Amino acid sequence: MDFGVLLTDLPTLVVVILGVPALIGAYIVGSEFLVRRLSDKRRPQVRPWFWVGPALFLVAAYLLLPAIGTVFQSFENNNGNFIGLGNYESQFANFPTGGAWVAIRNNVFFWLIFYTLFTLAFGLILAVLFDRVLYENIVKSLIFMPMAISSVALGVIWNFMYQYQSPGESQLGTMNALVTFVLHHDPVSWLQDQWPTPTFNILNNLALIGAATWGITGFALVILSAALKGIPADLLEAARVDGAGELTIFRRVIFPLMMPTIVVVGTTLVIFALKAFDVVYVMTAGNYGTDVLAYRMYNQLYTAGNSGGASAVAIILLIAVVPVLIFNLRQFRAVEARR
Amino acid sequence: MTVAAAARPVPTTFSPRWIADRLSAYTLHIAVIGLTIAWLVPTVGLLISSFRPQFLQVTTGWWSAFSNPTQFTIDNYTAMLEQSNLGQAFFNSFMIAIPATVLPVTIGAFAAYAFAWMNFPGRNYIFLALVGLLAVPLQLTFIPVLHFYVQNLHWTTDNLEATGIPGLPWVPLWLAHAGYGLPFSIYLLANFFRALPSDLFESAEIDGAGTLTVFFRLVMPLSVPAIASLVIFQFLWVWNDLLVALIYVGSSAEVAPMTVNLANLTTSLGAGSNLLTAAAFFSMIVPLIVFLSLQRYFVRGILAGSVKG
Repeated sequence: MDFGVLLTDLPTLVVVILGVPALIGAYIVGSEFLVRRLSDKRRPQVRPWFWVGPALFLVAAYLLLPAIGTVFQSFENNNGNFIGLGNYESQFANFPTGGAWVAIRNNVFFWLIFYTLFTLAFGLILAVLFDRVLYENIVKSLIFMPMAISSVALGVIWNFMYQYQSPGESQLGTMNALVTFVLHHDPVSWLQDQWPTPTFNILNNLALIGAATWGITGFALVILSAALKGIPADLLEAARVDGAGELTIFRRVIFPLMMPTIVVVGTTLVIFALKAFDVVYVMTAGNYGTDVLAYRMYNQLYTAGNSGGASAVAIILLIAVVPVLIFNLRQFRAVEARR
Repeated sequence: MTVAAAARPVPTTFSPRWIADRLSAYTLHIAVIGLTIAWLVPTVGLLISSFRPQFLQVTTGWWSAFSNPTQFTIDNYTAMLEQSNLGQAFFNSFMIAIPATVLPVTIGAFAAYAFAWMNFPGRNYIFLALVGLLAVPLQLTFIPVLHFYVQNLHWTTDNLEATGIPGLPWVPLWLAHAGYGLPFSIYLLANFFRALPSDLFESAEIDGAGTLTVFFRLVMPLSVPAIASLVIFQFLWVWNDLLVALIYVGSSAEVAPMTVNLANLTTSLGAGSNLLTAAAFFSMIVPLIVFLSLQRYFVRGILAGSVKG
């Protein structure tokens, strides 16, 4: 057991816990001290920059400038020489199984559609059902719990669910136990089996997406159920008095009123789907046709040592995100306009 | 009992209407509880398995523990703690997550205050750019930042450890997490600060309070709920992060956090290992404590961050 480090390194931790905030506090107090020496007219012009300065510096240094750098690098080979579209050509080579095609298909097709739809559907169903019981908060936080754990732990949990033993042996994974006991079917190798065809292996991709959906549904549930509570009760009551059934009320009243929220949650989920990494890294390492763009980028960078190719993959990922980004900005401007 | 049923006239006992209401109420409870149990099965299965001896883990499924409840053991946990670097990784996770939470929250709060209550040229455009950056995949930034760290600053883990200054090997990771967390942090806090009544600031100014006093004595105490949810969000995000840690510190055990350690165990031990089941639960302890104790704020943060408009 190496818990001794906790004790020997504890002073470091204490220094850091106290030191970092002290440094930041000193910065803002010191800058205000400097601003006070300025003339009354100059003060309001200078002060904001001290307050936003560190944030803008970090955002520029870690997000904006590197993103621009990656755009340039995607046109260069690993020695930094300009090679035009060479990196993109190799990423887009040999449709449909070569280059980045498998990752693109999985991200833009399987993940984007099924992850988003499954999560929204589960979230909506659970929100509507939970809204009608008194112990709502308890069941909600149980569904929500997987949000708190890391995707790595999530991967471990689901690797365990999907365990596979040869037919005839006793199955250790829950899914295969169900398949053999309940359905009397041969056990399925969920993560490796490229069913139905190796070029359209929807089964193992859905296995990964299912695991990720399990983890994120709580997120959709919480937001959707808040929106559901925002629907005026007398509206639903009026519909009931008019003799509408519960299903009709859901379809004609609840669903349309929740649409704006569903769209917002949906766009967030689309971004999550496009950025999927951890689950793939832990569960299949991108093998058996389950690669995704974020994992391919990591792989190109570290395993293949191909930084130009990795940059090109990152740009492909960015292009996939751009529609969502534009949508977000429009949404934001619309909200601002209403202020 | 559903709200809908309560609002309607109460049907006579044992009338067809009464039976239909009863039945739908029971169906509802069965559906709710059934779905919740189904949701818990993966976690509970692994939890039970982590307390089963290895020879049983590799021969029977976790559910057989119910028919033989005496065979539980903590051997997996003790073996896991002895074999892996989990103690070090546990420490590293704190070492990474605490400053990587403090930095973006405090620096973000300063910036958010300026965006909300100060005037400066380009304010709205810069804020719009931050909203745009919320969706940009981090993958886009890794290569240039890594290149700059290694080629220009020589900030490799080995070099930073060689300086002997405690805490220094994590600085690259802190700053990166701060940069990545700031757009969300500013967005969330600026929206909150803007909603504070402007009379508050005017009367404080009349009383002669300086900017610092207004910020620390007025804005901060009023924003505790928003800051709390942001802190939990960012802490859990960093604690659970795998990708950023893999990119910037790789898998060197002296600095790598628990997620990296656990991911390494997965690849080296194989999916069904008995140590892995224990290690996975060990890694969940801190996030679950944070989540369970501060759930209220966590949920509030999610609502504030996503439901706009």
